[in-house]
Amino acid sequence: MSGGEYLALAYGVVFAFVLVYVAIIAAKLVRLQRDVADLVELARRRERTPPPSREVTRA
Amino acid sequence: MPAVLRLPNLAVLAAALLGLALVLALVVAPEDADQGISQRIFYIHVPIALTSYLCFGLGAWKALLLLWKGDERYDLESYVAIHQGTIFGSLTLITGAIWAKASWGVWWTWDSNQLVLFLTLFLFYCAYFMLRFALEGGPRRARSSAVYALFGVALIPVSFLAIRLAEDFIHPTTFTRDGPQMSGSMFATFCVAWAAVTLLAYVLYRVELLGKRLNDDIRELREALQ
Repeated sequence: MSGGEYLALAYGVVFAFVLVYVAIIAAKLVRLQRDVADLVELARRRERTPPPSREVTRA
Repeated sequence: MPAVLRLPNLAVLAAALLGLALVLALVVAPEDADQGISQRIFYIHVPIALTSYLCFGLGAWKALLLLWKGDERYDLESYVAIHQGTIFGSLTLITGAIWAKASWGVWWTWDSNQLVLFLTLFLFYCAYFMLRFALEGGPRRARSSAVYALFGVALIPVSFLAIRLAEDFIHPTTFTRDGPQMSGSMFATFCVAWAAVTLLAYVLYRVELLGKRLNDDIRELREALQ
């Protein structure tokens, strides 16, 4: 390999690492977005379900 | 928080600085008379190595704050900084190996104290994750990880000064007491590259921290809703 090829390899490795890191962060972001959507659905379901009625006992 | 310190602005600044550093390193900086074109690896290898030291140092500082103040948020900050340090440490080893092959004809040499000490530091912090994930989450894990991170930071000055202490002739010494042993334009390129890599590391640190905190908040919210 020539000096230029080693240079390209070194810079290419760094670029690939950053790219992979950004891809991992993007994947995590998608998962977080899905989790938030699940939570919104859960909160809406709770809102729709009426709270259990309290029975008032009279003496 | 000032506008310039907001994460998207910092990310744009890091990208711009990286672009400038690339142009300076690959086009503007003069070619080294000794090593030729492969010397340009210096502009990425050394800033990455210094940034990994900074990340390990930051991780140890956060660990010290955790032990001192007892605030558990420092545990996550220390963990993320050390994680960044190992990423940049791997890159240091890889770019260093490529440069070594281009300059010395070998990928690695055990004769250089600085290389061996950097590898020791890197493996020490890799073991940090083994310790961390072997323990149950909670204050005990936070304290144990913090103590381990603090022990590791002692290796940084040793690693940094090893070449000067041992008079290592294989690994070149560029920064001596007489200043940097390079031309002004080479030094300016190095400074821009170092600023760019450090800022990139800081942006990645903030992004990872943000993601992990968000994850914790979502888990807490899920527990509250179920």
